[in-house]
Amino acid sequence: MQKDTLKFYTMHLTTLCNTALDNPTQRDKGQIIAAGLKFLETDTICYRVEEPPGLVELQKNEWDPVLDWIEKRYNVLIGSSSNIMGPQIPKETKDTFHQHLRSYNFWALTGLEFIITQLKSLVLSFGLVDRHLTVEQAVLLSRLEEEYQIQRWGNVEWAHDYDMYELRSRTAAGALFVHLSSESSTVKHKLLQD
Amino acid sequence: MAALSSPLRVCRGILKELRSSKGPGYKQTLAYYFVLDQFRKNQVTNERHCRARREALHASHSYLCLLASTRHHLTLHKLFHGKGEREPEQVARLVGLQLPTQPGGKGWEK
Repeated sequence: MQKDTLKFYTMHLTTLCNTALDNPTQRDKGQIIAAGLKFLETDTICYRVEEPPGLVELQKNEWDPVLDWIEKRYNVLIGSSSNIMGPQIPKETKDTFHQHLRSYNFWALTGLEFIITQLKSLVLSFGLVDRHLTVEQAVLLSRLEEEYQIQRWGNVEWAHDYDMYELRSRTAAGALFVHLSSESSTVKHKLLQD
Repeated sequence: MAALSSPLRVCRGILKELRSSKGPGYKQTLAYYFVLDQFRKNQVTNERHCRARREALHASHSYLCLLASTRHHLTLHKLFHGKGEREPEQVARLVGLQLPTQPGGKGWEK
């Protein structure tokens, strides 16, 4: 990847390691969790437009299933809204997520916060980390409005694709970081039955 | 929503990325062996919905996405954003000026 010159801005995994190690903002798990939950109030997929109808439809078709999934998976209520105030998140929902997030270690939470900031959505981040969505799907859903505009008005490679690939690589790094910081893999060797 | 491409496709994809970044000697790199080893380890399972396998597949998919998108991002960056710094002479010429020449050389030059 790195050839003649080191390009730190593409070394996302390294950056994440450094962030977790240095903890420049001097926060603990609780504070990171609180910040993440706060994001739910401005979650991208909860904020719906009222026009144009094509985009309204697209948001309904693409985002509703993810909302359904997370509400079922965690037994919570989130909902979506098209007014400025956004959705009203019940306290129980936040508590449930709080409990769940506490099971992650500090490194994994650092990665998760990174993903949430990139995708601008807690729901999509959960979808990715729970492996319900792939990185490409999560990025597409995060950029739904941009993709809609691109479909209508055309693609500008040096801006649109550039942003998309950057978002993809950061999100992919975040997802890998969370998974690698959390998993423990064991291989059980079973004997073949003759 | 969770339809991932087959492990074979992902594996091939990762190896292709390795080849494009490491060059012709990619088969001798540690990364190559690691990738193949990981894929082989997860091949044999007698459970229909092996959780570890799904997790590994998602992780490998994410890794492939990371490699491919970083490569594309860098390519686009070089193509459109990477002119870098110009020499002072070039900058001056842009606006039609010329840098003055000092006969004795500038103070700090030997």
